[in-house]
Amino acid sequence: MMHGRIARRLVGSTMTGVTYGAAALAILPLAAILGMLLLKGAGSINWDFFVKSAVPVGEPGGGFANAIVGTLIIVGLACTVGVPIGVATGIFLAEFGGGRFGFTIRFVADVLNGVPSIVIGIFAWTWLVKPMGHFSALAGGCALAVILVPILARTTEEMVRLVPNSLREAGLALGYPRWRTSLLIVARTAGAGIVTGCLVAVARVAGETAPLLFTALGNQFFSTRLQAPMAALPLQVYNYAVGPYDEWHRQAWAGALVLIVLVLALSLIARAVVRAKRQHA
Amino acid sequence: MTIPAAVLEPEASPQATAEERWRALKTVSPGDVVYRTVLTVFALLLPLVLVTIALELGVNAWPAVAKFGFGFLTHSTWDPVRGEFGALPLIFGTLYSSLVALVIAVPLALGCAIFLTEFAPRWIRTPAATLIELLAAVPSVIYGLWGIFVLIPLLRDHFWPVARHALSWLPIFGGVFYGPSVLAGGVILSIMVLPYIAAVSREVLLAVPPSQREAGLALGATRWETVWTVILPYGRAGIIGAVILGLGRALGETMAVTMVIGNRHEVSASLLQPGYTIAAAIANEFSEAVSDIHLSALFFVGAVLFLITIAVNALARVLVWRVARGSAIGSTAI
Repeated sequence: MMHGRIARRLVGSTMTGVTYGAAALAILPLAAILGMLLLKGAGSINWDFFVKSAVPVGEPGGGFANAIVGTLIIVGLACTVGVPIGVATGIFLAEFGGGRFGFTIRFVADVLNGVPSIVIGIFAWTWLVKPMGHFSALAGGCALAVILVPILARTTEEMVRLVPNSLREAGLALGYPRWRTSLLIVARTAGAGIVTGCLVAVARVAGETAPLLFTALGNQFFSTRLQAPMAALPLQVYNYAVGPYDEWHRQAWAGALVLIVLVLALSLIARAVVRAKRQHA
Repeated sequence: MTIPAAVLEPEASPQATAEERWRALKTVSPGDVVYRTVLTVFALLLPLVLVTIALELGVNAWPAVAKFGFGFLTHSTWDPVRGEFGALPLIFGTLYSSLVALVIAVPLALGCAIFLTEFAPRWIRTPAATLIELLAAVPSVIYGLWGIFVLIPLLRDHFWPVARHALSWLPIFGGVFYGPSVLAGGVILSIMVLPYIAAVSREVLLAVPPSQREAGLALGATRWETVWTVILPYGRAGIIGAVILGLGRALGETMAVTMVIGNRHEVSASLLQPGYTIAAAIANEFSEAVSDIHLSALFFVGAVLFLITIAVNALARVLVWRVARGSAIGSTAI
């Protein structure tokens, strides 16, 4: 009897230790990747990296200015197209999404969120690139918007749901119609949360490469024309990483470092705001 | 706050008769109708996009479907020059690399989820969960870069020389190991899907009512026995859902896999040999397709991938929702 109890305790503490180990092992790659990015990328980051565009192979110097500006423009386009749709869908789900229709939309949003980004890339190609006859930043932005909308819809819904019902009731009791209550009281109260949702979604799409492969295509030169192919940070990191030159690899690490700082900063800010919001609610 | 105009309107004023007030309450404001309609139209865009993607894939894949039929899925020739296409290596490679990823990631992710909900000291839970979820925020292309320059050399120069003596008799470890391989792809994928599985499982475990936990402990079970015999079985559907959600991610993952899997159209049981996945083939060949039928074949595999991931994701959602009906579990696991 004593034996059994000791054995059970032993199994218990062993398995507890195993879960500690699993957590440590899971965090290890994050540390390894961040460490490697700093180690290999930080040395190549200087002023030129941010203000100069890519140069032909063999020439020294050059930077990622074209890619950084490209990413800002393409993500900006994605937000212009996707944010209104995502936020409106999110408010719809929170305010009117109780029934079967709301359930369906929620389900579709989750399924759409799981569609591989490469599939969304070829969809954007058939819809925008093929009819227009050329690759363009516009098509890239739209492809990213398709990825952004379902994420934003779900986070917006969650944030709007956090608004206490007493606020809604107060608005209605003052004689506001439902739509004014929803827009002026509920949505405004959830405003910070909705902005956070946008940050989360932007962090996610800013690092996407696959949907841009056949839409924005990438560009060795500095370009701000929406109708023309445009460089993007993840695209350029990819092209440089799989290319044969050491100089390219060096720059790929630097580009990756800039990209991850951008993405992690957005994620961490969003997380901090969400946490503060949840504690208030 | 200013007083809303509606309060000052006559029909809502106290002087109005009971009947007038009742009528005012019954009428729906036209603004409400417009508001609801506009939001509904926006919300309808999501299913519209999903249906359009399906239609576009179907239409563009049709020439290949008509030419190759279902034999497309079971043949392994992929010859763009002669116009012969069979997707077996792609489908096999996609499933195989995802399976490897799950074999590595599931035990680790479950361990993390249990650690974060049951065993970890309180102060460490939130920071540790954040760190694990940040893994999901790292862009795919950065995993690929790390895979090419760190993981592959590590596997080739340090892991395999040591492990070879113990493992090389296994058929799944046959042949010469050059680096880019299903193994490298699977390991990268496992790191990428781990945070999803861990985050969703964690939320599922958090949704288990405390009374279940207390009942287990009150019956004299140790904390581990409570986890193993009470909590995990209670959340089983949700955890299976989390794993399937991770599978969905792994199947569709593109860039990191493309960069490390070796990209060869071949069916090989050995993890050490190069392979190919559907997503990687589209990424590599789409913009360089040599003929219309080549392009159409790529749409065909794209459609296959789309259908698989839709089915997998739908199943996962249903399972997760069974634990916490309609809640946003998993969608916050960015």
